Amino acid sequence: MSGLGNNASGTPGEEKGASSMLGLGILKGLGVTLRNFLGSYRDPERLITVEYPEERLPLPEQSRAFPMLIYDGEDPIGGLRCVACKICEKECPSQCIYIVKDRDARGRPMKRPKIFDLDISTCMGCGICAEVCPFDSIKMDAAYERSAESRFERLLLRKEDLAKPNAYYHKIHPTEAAEADARLGIASPEPEAPPEGAPEKAA
Amino acid sequence: MSRQTEGQQFASALGMGNASPEGPRGDSPVLPPPAGPLYEAKPKPGSARAAEGETLEVAVGPHHPSTHGVFRMDVVLDGERIISLKPRFGYLHRNHEKLCEGGTYLMAIPYTDRLDYFCSLTNNWAYVLAVEKLAGVEAPERAEYLRVITAELTRLLNHSCLVGFLLQDMGAMGTPLMYAFREREKLVDLFEELTGARMMCNYMRFGGCRTDASAGWLERTRRVVDDFPRFLDEFEDLLTSNEILLARTQGVGKLSAELAINAGVTGPMLRASGVAYDIRKAAPYGIYERFAFRVPVGEHGDVYDRYMIRMLEMRESVRILKQALKEIPEGPVLNPKARRRNFRPPVGEAYGRLEAPKGELGFYLISDGSPRPYRFRIRAPSFINLTILEDMCLGHTLQDAVIILGSVDIVMGEVDR
Repeated sequence: MSGLGNNASGTPGEEKGASSMLGLGILKGLGVTLRNFLGSYRDPERLITVEYPEERLPLPEQSRAFPMLIYDGEDPIGGLRCVACKICEKECPSQCIYIVKDRDARGRPMKRPKIFDLDISTCMGCGICAEVCPFDSIKMDAAYERSAESRFERLLLRKEDLAKPNAYYHKIHPTEAAEADARLGIASPEPEAPPEGAPEKAA
Repeated sequence: MSRQTEGQQFASALGMGNASPEGPRGDSPVLPPPAGPLYEAKPKPGSARAAEGETLEVAVGPHHPSTHGVFRMDVVLDGERIISLKPRFGYLHRNHEKLCEGGTYLMAIPYTDRLDYFCSLTNNWAYVLAVEKLAGVEAPERAEYLRVITAELTRLLNHSCLVGFLLQDMGAMGTPLMYAFREREKLVDLFEELTGARMMCNYMRFGGCRTDASAGWLERTRRVVDDFPRFLDEFEDLLTSNEILLARTQGVGKLSAELAINAGVTGPMLRASGVAYDIRKAAPYGIYERFAFRVPVGEHGDVYDRYMIRMLEMRESVRILKQALKEIPEGPVLNPKARRRNFRPPVGEAYGRLEAPKGELGFYLISDGSPRPYRFRIRAPSFINLTILEDMCLGHTLQDAVIILGSVDIVMGEVDR
């Protein structure tokens, strides 16, 4: 063993380690594992495994995954709060947001995005976009199961994929959403509002 | 066989014969034969064992389970003994410093999470400390307390994981690591509740913290902190007096205090060698001077001391946490004067440093008055602590090199940046 090897190389090895009875320390350690093993049959504190796909832990309110766009009312595109100011595009550290402002028939810029793309293969979920948005439009979604079959499928989210109703926002981040509603001066949706896509299904 | 220099051997192998100083053709200018080896196939030219071909070169890594990431050690073995070990890194280089120079000051914060991905909160704090120094911004009282609390929780998390990994390297398969991860789970759950993410917290901002902690969060943290010594006792029962652990760690990988200081080693590595240097005491940042805690110091500087220092540091962290959780005042957590967007610190430079779980973590920033840092430099503790790996490993066996590397506590994200 290497312990012997250390002595051979001229370093003090075993003097400190020699206890009154060799093997006592090992037995003590085995006692701990035995206690844990038997304890796992009766003590819920020692039963810490969650059988993930069948069983899920509730997400805390602050939980964040990827951004989403909030809309008010019934129309997912027309009701978007986004005014295409491009602040989030500028502040995004990984530059994963691409916005093109919409223009009306006479070519004047309109306060809504024509294109709002978010590449979640690049997005790192830092939440800076939600932090800097002055219109409470882009917020962090909590849906985390975003795997896709191929590299280019469902990883580039268009504004249609990103649009989520205010009721959904209230469902995942109640405190934050109520604060946003107060800032915007709009009535909060009913608590029983139909949750269009629970966090589990939203992906 | 007459003794030849390696250069001469190489020359004769190429059919050049005994090259005279004038060269094979007297007229052309020829350099004298090189004194050193032309190539590094035999790193110890003087070693008789190497000349006999008895040494073995092994590249441990970059894809080796015990190198803690994409790290390679070019080891030369004589039998089982290491006679040369060259650490090779750079496989995880991500252009971090240049990337942060290209973005605004705010953009760099989520990137700092990804340096040492076990300790995102101390990384955040070190960077924010540098920016605050640069811009002269101060954080409110409650934010300072939250910073201390999250930083010490990070220290608990890092040390418990490290100890688990170290024992795993020693062959204690699974059990200690699983126990350590059980505790880590409680801590990352707290981080998730406070910051929204378990590992990539992105929590601190210049002039405070991003979100406030609820009363419930503080209460749950108190409970986790109060329970933590129980885990430490259990863990020590499990292995500290284990004879195999003692035989494998005591006297292995000794690092003298002198070499540790000369090499710039910091953190638990330095303290295990007997130097009582902790930035929390030596140059207090934040509000650390308000807390009573001790700095554990080792005697021998071997792997066992490095293991024990971490166990003791966790107990001291629990002490700091208890005081901080008792004293935390009410109030805002973000200085309203600190801007996030269009943040332009004045021209100047600043170095913010703190005692990260792995050692001194420093951010050196130069501002030219624009919204982007002119220079962004990171002093990564894992990187500097890794440079003396060869000095600790020489004369030991390969399996000892694995635990010596484990006791250095590296995270390749920080080493390569």
